Amino acid sequence: MGLMFKDETYRGDFTFANSPAAIRHFPFPFHEDKYMYAVNIEPHVPGRKGTAYEFPIDIDEHYLADMRDRAITLAEDPLRCQSLPHMLAAEWDLVELLMTSMARDYPEHFSLTRDGDQWHWINRPMKIEDKFTFGNVATLPLRPMEYITRQCQGDFCLLDQRDGDLWMDAGIVTSQADWSLDFDIGMSFKEWHAPVPMAHEIGIFDRALKFLLAMQIGHPVRRLNWTMTINPRLDTAPETYPKWGIDRTTVTPENVGDKVHLRVELQALWRLPRSNAIVFSIRGYLLKMRELVTIPKWSRRMHRVLKTLPPEIAAYKGLSRYQQTTIDWLSKYDDGQPTSLGFFPD
Amino acid sequence: MTTNQIRVRVAEVETVAAQIRRLKLVPIGMSGLPDFSGGAHTILSIPDGERTLRNPYSLMSSPYDTSSYEVSVLKAAESRGGSAFIHDKIREGLPITISAPVNLFPVDRRARRHILIAGGIGITPFMSIMRQLEHDDVPFELHYGMRSQERGAYWRQLRETYGHRVHIYFEDQGQTIPLKTLLDGQPLGTHVYVCGPSTMIDWVLNGARDAGWPAENVHYERFSAPPPGTSFTVELARSGKTVPVGPHQSMLEALEAAGIDAPYLCRGGACGQCETRIVSCAGAIQHNDHYLSDAEKAAGDKIMICVSRVDGSTVTLDL
Amino acid sequence: MAAAMLSRPVYPGLVPDMHAKHNLIVTEGEGAEAVLDLATKTSAEFFARTTILYCTAGSAAKDHETALAKLNPKHLWVLPSLPTVMFRLKGVLATADMGTRLYAAGTEPFIGSVIQEALAAGIDFKSVVTEHRGSAKRRVQCVHCKGMTENVTTNPVACSHCGINLFVRDHYSRRLGAFQGVIIDAEEPGSAPPPEEIYR
Repeated sequence: MGLMFKDETYRGDFTFANSPAAIRHFPFPFHEDKYMYAVNIEPHVPGRKGTAYEFPIDIDEHYLADMRDRAITLAEDPLRCQSLPHMLAAEWDLVELLMTSMARDYPEHFSLTRDGDQWHWINRPMKIEDKFTFGNVATLPLRPMEYITRQCQGDFCLLDQRDGDLWMDAGIVTSQADWSLDFDIGMSFKEWHAPVPMAHEIGIFDRALKFLLAMQIGHPVRRLNWTMTINPRLDTAPETYPKWGIDRTTVTPENVGDKVHLRVELQALWRLPRSNAIVFSIRGYLLKMRELVTIPKWSRRMHRVLKTLPPEIAAYKGLSRYQQTTIDWLSKYDDGQPTSLGFFPD
Repeated sequence: MTTNQIRVRVAEVETVAAQIRRLKLVPIGMSGLPDFSGGAHTILSIPDGERTLRNPYSLMSSPYDTSSYEVSVLKAAESRGGSAFIHDKIREGLPITISAPVNLFPVDRRARRHILIAGGIGITPFMSIMRQLEHDDVPFELHYGMRSQERGAYWRQLRETYGHRVHIYFEDQGQTIPLKTLLDGQPLGTHVYVCGPSTMIDWVLNGARDAGWPAENVHYERFSAPPPGTSFTVELARSGKTVPVGPHQSMLEALEAAGIDAPYLCRGGACGQCETRIVSCAGAIQHNDHYLSDAEKAAGDKIMICVSRVDGSTVTLDL
Repeated sequence: MAAAMLSRPVYPGLVPDMHAKHNLIVTEGEGAEAVLDLATKTSAEFFARTTILYCTAGSAAKDHETALAKLNPKHLWVLPSLPTVMFRLKGVLATADMGTRLYAAGTEPFIGSVIQEALAAGIDFKSVVTEHRGSAKRRVQCVHCKGMTENVTTNPVACSHCGINLFVRDHYSRRLGAFQGVIIDAEEPGSAPPPEEIYR
């Protein structure tokens, strides 16, 4: 079955919304009624049909709108896409990973024909068709990473592995939760995670780094991360914070359902074979509180997680200002019944 | 098992020099083998009667042709079984299992120039690395020392392929790698890599330091085979199991023989993946790895079960 | 967020690399005192292999250049400003070889500039020996307009390019040689607290 791509916006009039199928597709991030940092890494293997886990690279009804929003952001600020010169091999590895995944799992929308290093790529929704020589930059209209990630949902960072560390040496980041690729590019694993509170003290990053350094070809992993966003806005970069920061003050008891969004990142990592780099994909999903409460288990749990969230984490995620208003609104949807363990709706 | 296993068939066995055999491995049931980067290794699992031998070997074939893999095996003077089996018993057509490639000896892609120093069988990782550097059009030079023309592998073909970038030294002709000369005067951004016998690695590390090179630009791959010792017993604190370790067995091998999966990547004491916490130890710990720091070794609460062992009766591990 | 940030560089102090064929010490102002301290830990031979690039900056009155000259370095180049030091450094690094050890001593923005030149020349930042001396002033990059504001001693600080009031985060970029500045009052325009002098 082909996807029906929606015509919607992530800025201006903010017409973004989820269909009932997209709500059930959403990767709800809380497996119990409270939240604390954990390494929470699991194998990125195909999961339940109709969910964000069904395929390694998830394309959904928001595909065209996401790609349009990325193009607008890049037109305004090209520094959201950068790659240090030694990352070219990893860029090509990324082209291969994304094209083969998309063509295999969404054959009605994408196709890839390979004859040695002669590749033929067709992206029907975006009306793109290119024949190119794999490994030859001059045969693509853009640099390899930018070319393919302008056609694939999610942000991507390429991590070079050397000297027992991972270095964020390339990336395209247009829908991030308040961090700057331009500032962080070139940093080591712990350096770019430096602003995250509490997690360093409990050794999260030591364990995560050791695990990732040993990642093997063909064994991708994933984890979920989350925050909240006011208005369905993809571009919440520090660069544009003067534009969107004020949104956080606009939450009222009347508009919580439409304005407050749970924003989940499905972060997946693959070892890239020819470059020995790692790709870190950050695939974001937005869900309005009004959409969330259509799933009774999620409404109860969201309410309880927000109520018990440590204040440091609430501050880091930037939701202190509207946390209570949201809790009050959600309380109407929490009847106090117990919830079942796990992410999925009952 | 922490590594992805791939079924292959031994397609060619060739003696390429005294005591050195080249194996060509082709996939069974798939069209190609996984892509890899120069310097990667694979672990061959070789059935030998009751037991399975698992040894790491560098991939020496081109990263740009994964229709097959090639490795080279030197017959160890005191083989624990793996290299002797490959030299004495392995035949073309034999199906074996290998791990997906893992790279613990990658080149630094920021480098402006690479100097590769190989001793003997240490040439193998550089065979795939040079293919990659050639492909990426990056300047490099190889300095390859061996005992004699007869005992050195691939030197003719390397000279033919890479011309003046390859420098060969035969020990029996009194030729030695002019380490000092070749390190002096290299432009900033040069990186040096060494793979060979342990004494050679130390010689290059010391030589680079004496030449004023920053440690960040010096890379080496040092794999150890697990040295033999005396028998002892491993107790597993979590499962309550007890496993005997024979004098020619590593702890990792003993655990595997007992059907217990323990994590590993390199099986040579280099990568740190099999680091295991010691709960208690009746005996002296013999650390044979290159991963733990001297302070960590002295602390005695961690052990690399792929190469290290105990001289004593029993060690209790957090497994 | 004021706790020790892991992106914040550490400057362990100058120690001589006795194996280096050539030492290149780049220093400014009170950084010269770190070089004079280094001299107590090493020998005249060390300085015979050493080139010193020195910018007097705010320490002109202390006449460190006379003291540095007494170390008898191979070369002592006294230069008038940060840009002239960096221009000279770039030229020296262009022909330097792997036996060269680079040292930087001075304020954090100064060290940051030296590291940037080192990276551009193919030197790993971990190879550079550093010591922080003098003022705690910072270089701050405005994350909004990307302009660099030099000699920042207060938090918040107004961006010297776009004028936005920036909260100076402890998050540091080696590539940019700067701390990150983010608008402080986006969520309540006009609510910025008065600048507090904290990086003296």
